[in-house]
Amino acid sequence: MHSFGFRANAVLTFGITILALICAMASISDNFNSPHPSAEIQILNINWFQKQPHGNDEVSLTMNITADLQSLFTWNTKQVFVFVAAEYETPKNALNQVSLWDAIIPAKEHAKFWVQTANKYRFVDQGSNLRGKDFNLTLHWHVMPKTGKMFANKLVIPEYRLPKEYR
Amino acid sequence: MGWMGDTVDSIKSIQIRQLLSQGVSLGMIVTSALIIWKALMCFTGSESPVVVVLSGSMEPGFKRGDILFLHMSNDPIRTGEIVVFNVDGREIPIVHRVIKVHERQETGDVEVLTKGDNNYGDDRLLYAQGQLWLQRHHIMGRAVGFLPYVGWVTIIMTEKPIIKYILIGALGLLVITSKD
Repeated sequence: MHSFGFRANAVLTFGITILALICAMASISDNFNSPHPSAEIQILNINWFQKQPHGNDEVSLTMNITADLQSLFTWNTKQVFVFVAAEYETPKNALNQVSLWDAIIPAKEHAKFWVQTANKYRFVDQGSNLRGKDFNLTLHWHVMPKTGKMFANKLVIPEYRLPKEYR
Repeated sequence: MGWMGDTVDSIKSIQIRQLLSQGVSLGMIVTSALIIWKALMCFTGSESPVVVVLSGSMEPGFKRGDILFLHMSNDPIRTGEIVVFNVDGREIPIVHRVIKVHERQETGDVEVLTKGDNNYGDDRLLYAQGQLWLQRHHIMGRAVGFLPYVGWVTIIMTEKPIIKYILIGALGLLVITSKD
């Protein structure tokens, strides 16, 4: 009853149970946070717009992205992964989502930012449907906690249009 | 030396009935662990409800040794979701983020491209020869929650099997020599 083995076993089991309980409570505390992020995306320039040799349209554009995601951070947040995706519909595909740019925000201080960038990932269609195409730019954020449940949400900024002709 | 003598004595004094009842309790423990695992598989709809992160391709979000809780539902796959997928011909599942989705009009079939947060390029290099997209049947689940560091136990036991055998041997010895 009082041997070293029994005592070590009891301490270890108790310790692990308490640790698991604390992790669960930390995760639940994230539910009490009501975030109010804001963002604006401006397309500064369509750099080029061509049909590639394999038949798919491709666009290169430069964007101005301003966002304030500070309210997403809680004490249980490790980082926030933010990305901008273009969403549009084509006759063949009900939905196309193409990620254009992403970044990792490691701390609350960096969560209010302004970035001017060309698209990091290629904006390529499956086919050549992009001329004159209307599309939405969505800013998505994924909150990665120090422990527990991950949250994700997005802000849709509608009504952008690609030029009618290749350039 | 006294401890060795005690152990040898207790092994000599084992009765069949006691041994059998200890065997049954051990069997019960193993079986309940199996039941919990299978129930988790049912509950989360995924073949492996918990995976260990093995590489650093999702740093700094997920480090090697973290464990991820997976869930698979029939909801459509969208960009930004962290998915676990198997490439044909490779046995180790990969945990990366979806960056492109193309969903067909009538059927709802999707073609998906993934990329690790910490990788420079997308995953086309990891897919099978000539494969450009992942389909839904490649995907085993979405990551919904995570616990840091807990997966190191699994990594150590897989990479140095000696430790696994030592642990099982020690547990076995403990079961045999304990009085109840």
